[in-house]
Formats: sequence, C-alpha cells, structure tokens
Amino acid sequence: MKNNVDRELPEDLMSSLNYQPYETTEIGNPEIQRVAPVVRAQTGDDKLVDSIEDVVKATVKDGMTISFHHHFRNGDFVFNKVMRVIIDAGIKDLTLAPSSLTGVMNDMVVEAIKAGTVTNITSSGMRGSLGDFVSHGNLKNPVIFRSHGNRARAIEHGDIKIDVAFLGVPNADKLGNANGMEGKAVFGSLGYALMDAQYANKVVLLTDNLMPYPNTPASIKQTQVDYVVEVDQVGDPEKIGSGATRFTKDPKELKIAETVNNVITHSPYFKDGFSFQTGSGGAALAVTRYLRQSMLDNQIKASFALGGITKPTTDMLKEGLIDRVMDVQDFDKGAADSMHTDPRQQEIDASWYADPDNKGAMVDQLDVVILSALEIDTKFNVNVMTGSDGVIRGAIGGHQDAATAKLTIISAPLVRGRIATVVPDVTTVVTPGDSIDVLVTEYGIAINPKRTDLIDALGHIAGVPVFTIEELQKLAASKVGNAKPLEFTDRTVAMIEYRDGTIIDAVKEVKD
Amino acid sequence: MAETTERLRRTMMFVPGNNPAMVKDAGIYGADSIMFDLEDAVSMAEKDAARALVYEALQTQDYGDAELVVRINGDDTPYYHNDIKAMVKAGIDVIRLPKTETADMITTLVADVAAAEKEFGREEGSTHVMAAIESAKGVLNAPAIAAASDRMIGIALSAEDYTTDMKTHRYPDGAELEFARNMVLHSARAAGIAAFDTVFTNMDDTEGFYRETKHIHQLGFDGKSLVNPRQIAMVNDVYQPTEKEIANARNVINAIEEARIKGSGVISMNGQMVDRPVVLRAERVMRLAKASNLVDEEGNDLEK
Repeated sequence: MKNNVDRELPEDLMSSLNYQPYETTEIGNPEIQRVAPVVRAQTGDDKLVDSIEDVVKATVKDGMTISFHHHFRNGDFVFNKVMRVIIDAGIKDLTLAPSSLTGVMNDMVVEAIKAGTVTNITSSGMRGSLGDFVSHGNLKNPVIFRSHGNRARAIEHGDIKIDVAFLGVPNADKLGNANGMEGKAVFGSLGYALMDAQYANKVVLLTDNLMPYPNTPASIKQTQVDYVVEVDQVGDPEKIGSGATRFTKDPKELKIAETVNNVITHSPYFKDGFSFQTGSGGAALAVTRYLRQSMLDNQIKASFALGGITKPTTDMLKEGLIDRVMDVQDFDKGAADSMHTDPRQQEIDASWYADPDNKGAMVDQLDVVILSALEIDTKFNVNVMTGSDGVIRGAIGGHQDAATAKLTIISAPLVRGRIATVVPDVTTVVTPGDSIDVLVTEYGIAINPKRTDLIDALGHIAGVPVFTIEELQKLAASKVGNAKPLEFTDRTVAMIEYRDGTIIDAVKEVKD
Repeated sequence: MAETTERLRRTMMFVPGNNPAMVKDAGIYGADSIMFDLEDAVSMAEKDAARALVYEALQTQDYGDAELVVRINGDDTPYYHNDIKAMVKAGIDVIRLPKTETADMITTLVADVAAAEKEFGREEGSTHVMAAIESAKGVLNAPAIAAASDRMIGIALSAEDYTTDMKTHRYPDGAELEFARNMVLHSARAAGIAAFDTVFTNMDDTEGFYRETKHIHQLGFDGKSLVNPRQIAMVNDVYQPTEKEIANARNVINAIEEARIKGSGVISMNGQMVDRPVVLRAERVMRLAKASNLVDEEGNDLEK
C-alpha cells in the first residue's frame, strides 16, 4: 500500500491499527465527537499525597496509558523520578504518551522497555540512545509519532486515552491550581501539558513549591487535578533553557538567516499586521534579529508571533513591533519571565495552537513560518525524524502544523559536513512537500513550482540566486557525492502520522 | 596587467587551506577575491595536506565570479616550489607571495610560475601574481616591487609583521600604518595595479572595523584583506556609491553614449568637456553600484 507521497506502508499494521494512508494537506470540515475524561468527584480540603510511591500505587495499573510533558526539556527531574517508582513497582505493559521525550529521559525509557514496563510509546520525537534503541528493533510495538497539534487531536478523539498524567509544575497549591511562571524551575507556558490536564482520567501534579491557596494565575485548575505531590526539586533551571537559543556567529548560519529574511520581506505577506513563527536554534534567532531590523526599516508591525517563543521575540513584543505573542512553549528564561509580566503574551494550549480538528487553530491564521530540515527532497518533502544513518533522532514538534502557514520556509544548509541535506528522496517523510513553499540554503533558494505566485515576488531578489530544487540537489551531490542507500529490515519500528491522523510514512529497523 | 586592473577587488577573504568546510563554503559569501592560505594558517604538519586540499577544491568546486588567489609559503621554505607547481597546475588566478621585500623576489617568482605554466601546459602568462608587504624594507622597495612584472595585479600591506618590524603595534587610530599605507597605495597606483589594505582581526569591534575601512576607502585603496566572511558586507557597505554619485556617473555615461552616436570625439556634459578621469571615475562608480545591487546590468535603479 502506497500513500500520496509515494511511501510504501506496512499493510498489516495499517489494518491492525486501523489507519488510513495520508492523502492531502486539506483538512476539510469533518464533524468530530470528542471524548471526555472520567472524573472522580472530591470536596476535601487538600489533594496532597506524601510520596510518588503512594500516588503511583493509587493510580497506575498494568496496561494503562501514562503521560508527561516536556516543558522542562533537559532540566526535567519529574519524568525520571516517577518512572523509577513505576519500574520498581513492577508495573507492566504501559503506553507512554508524553508530549515529547528529551535526552535526559532516554536511559530511563530504555530501562522501562527492557523491564517490560513500557510496551508502547507515542511521542513527538526521540533522540540519542533511545532513538538508537528503538531503531534497532528493541521495542516490540511501533512508536507512533505525532505532531504537537496532532497529539491534541488524538487526545480529543480518544486515540490517545490518558489514564494518568504526571505533570511537573514550578508551583501549585494544595488543590492543584498551578502555572509555569513562578518558582525555581520556571518554563513559562504550560501549553502542551494543558491537554493532559483537561483530558486525562487522573491528573497528578508534582511540585517543589507549594503555594498558599488559591494560587493564581492558574493555568492548570483545581477542577482538573486529582493529586498534588511535593518533591524536593522538579527541574534544573540551568538546563530548562534550550542551549540552542544563543545568537549565532557562524557566517554560514548568518548568511542563511539573512536570505530567509530577504525571502520574508520580499513576499506579499510582509505587511502591517502580518504574523510569524520562527522557533528556536541559532539560525532562527538570527532570522528574528534581521526581521526586527526590516520591520523597523519598513515601519511594519506584526499582529502576532506564534509557537515556541524565545527572548528575541518577547523583546519585539516589548518594543511594540509585535502586538501579541501566542505562546505554547518558551525556549528560554527570558521568554518565560516575559509571559509572567506581559498580559499580551498569551498562554495557549496545543489544541488552540495547532489542532487540525478544531473550530479554528492559530496555525490556520499564520502568515510566515521558518522551519528546519534534516533532509528535504526534490518533491519538497521534509524529514525531521531520521538521520543519514536511518536512525530516529528528531521530533515532529509543530513542523507539520506550522507548515500550513501561507509562506512556509525551510531553512537548511545544502550539505552538513559530508552529508547532503537536499536529496532525491528523504529517508522519512514527515511534512509533505505540498505544504512547503521555499527552501533557503547558503547557495540560494528553491521555490516550490506549485507556488507560481511566489516566483515573481522572490525570483529577482538582489544577491539571492534562485535554483530549481533539482539543481540544488545536484549541487549537493556534486559536493559530497552520492551516499550508498541505507539498509533496513522489513520490521516497522515507528509510524509517522500526518496531523490529521493518517499515516505519512513508516520507519524501519536499521540493518547494521 | 591592463585587463585585470579594473576588476573590483573590495574584499579579499582569507580561507585557511587546511579547513575543508571553509574551503568548500568559500564561494557563498560574495567575496570579490578568495584567498586560500597555505602559509601562516597552516601548521608545518599540514602543509602537504592543505596544498592537496586546495588543489582538489580548485578542480571541483564552483566559486562563481570570484577571483581565486592562493597565499603560498615563502621562498625560504621547502614548500615554496611545490606550492607554485600545484597551484599553477590547478589553474589559480593569482599567486600571492608573502613577506616580499625586493623586486627580485617577484622576478624569481614569475620565472618559477612561467616554468610551471610550461610544465603543466597552462597558457603562458595566465597566472597572475601579487605581493604582500610585511616589513620596513618591503615598504621602501614597494615602488619597484609593484612594477616588477606584467603579471602583477596587486600589492597588499600586511600590518601584523610590519608593525613588529617597526617596533610598534597596531593602534585604533592606525597612525603607525599611515606611511606604509601611502607607500603601498602610491606604488600600486604608479604601477597601475590594485592596492589592498591589511586585515582587521577583532570581530567584536564593528565600529573600529568601519572606521578603518572608511579611512582606507578615503585614501583610495581598492579594498581590504579580510579574516571573516561577516566583514564582507561591511566593506561593501563602505564602498557602495551614494545616490548622488550614481546619478552623476549615469549622466557621464549618457554623455559618452551621446558622443558615440554623434560620432563626436569630444564628450561634453552641460556644455562642459568631460575629462578622461571623470569618465574613469564614472565607470568605476557604476561597477560598484552594480556590485552593490543598486543598479541592474543596464544601469537602471534596482530596489534595495
């Protein structure tokens, strides 16, 4: 069975997991019956539990689905504390359904798989030793990868039915009113965790900062929370801020960023009231800096910035260059602090951000987005999941979701070291080429031929050569040669959902 | 030398010859000249590897319109002859001789280059040379060095060694370089070749870089040697002609065209005769305007 991006899908899994192949980026107007959580009413004076052991004992049973958020990123202490207790309790056959898995969780997940504690995983992504472990066929059931918007959709549909959500927060009161903005380990927006708080049957908050009741502003509310556990430390503040949020001095990254900015400012979308999403990473921050200058020069203001937020973006909010920041996640402390002090920085949940089966998500209103790629092929399909060795080392994040913007720009070097980024066929299709409009490399840009309207606007920018994507692919190959095809077994280790829940690709076990 | 003197040489970017990633990417920054370094940037242990890397890159990589220069090791090193042979064989545009102190050094270099051209079947005279002046002796001999050969396309001041030789060091105001700069510049102009100013190494001092670049632009240098691609845009910014300069230059060019159509030997504008220096300056302004993407190939205004 092949889908619309020409990917061979495993028939047995497609049928046993009741999947449809990916067809189109169009969502249409489906009518959806959402699910609702089981609520156990309580009227007591507090929900405090003495220990993680006690709360695990009270809530987690074999075969359940448990969830976590990844807002602490690599400073997360909650995941490992809870999983340690669950593994030691001998619980088996769990489905792990976090918003994503960060590096600090890898070893614990591997241990949980080996112990039989975890037998299914759905996540935005995984990297490092865990990606390697899964890619070598060590998890019996395929991992299901979902974008942030799609996770919200899947939770609302009941495709992900969370029995217990363990949510770490930097503050909470005894009944469960909590936010991400105050305390030692602040991360700002609780965007992804808000889905779990709303839909999980049991919601457990873990905090190292018990606040007087009632604790406001409350992002997670006491109406949603079953238990509150006080722990010594929920996270390491030093490691919450993504290390990638420095401003780059790399001349190649700067050149790409400058070209991205050129593409944005020459596009028809660069006008007063436009909206944009840049994400994190050195090049994205550099784009923000160039864009800021262009907005000042042209006296253009943005109506909103969306998605994962960094300090350069919140600085533009303070400067009056951006009217609202719609914030599902903060990548650094500056952005997190800004949410606390500036009411124009709105915390949004993953559904509001990017859920396709919604009465309207923010991404539908997005004009410009800059996204990255591990690989992009001559059909403009993008891979952000598997590396040049075929091993899982990435995350969908909001890639598929934000790519629905009116102008979707992929910013990527033509080659990385001796590895081509622009290839004839990506190893894994994550985001379909139909939603990609422009590729920006250090050598020049390629415009998706389906966007004939952009060719006039972007075809004659001074100092920005335009290539066909085939030309860029050949240029890459002429620099680094053609790699030997990767070898995989027939075994499927992961299924990649498109944001509508259809299957866009499958990841096979690597053959060493 | 005549055909190459009019080329724009605002930016000559150093690229360490032993760094594959930088050698591969050297073409993407829009430098007027790319200078692969086999000399000071490369440790003794890597001399052969760097030479081989640059040789291969010259065979396989497309550097667009950039002028390709290589800084070879000096004639007092065992690498000198192999550097010349490999680079001539690879078809390099320009060989830059470091620590040039006498016209004889250029004469010797040119003889070695000519021999290599013959050995590898390269067109005679196709390999140009330039000299880097790095000492008091070199500065005092600059007029003879600049005029030493028809293959000479330029002469560059290298201030680090020079200031050491002069028992001083570099200061923000550059007073210690004023004599050397003027000697190098005058020697270049007298010989009809290009003059390159020295590198500015502190990447965090943007203001100082602009100050120095504006100064050497005012003196009349063709451009500057650069250590970082991020400096290219700043130099181009300084060398970019003003709107008024472009408008004037366009009037001169139109007057030339008018004279050509009329078949008149005398070019006149607003009733005044246009001198040759004015024509040359106008042509240079239009070349700079095109390179700065201010006008198109026909000289019409482009959106910035």
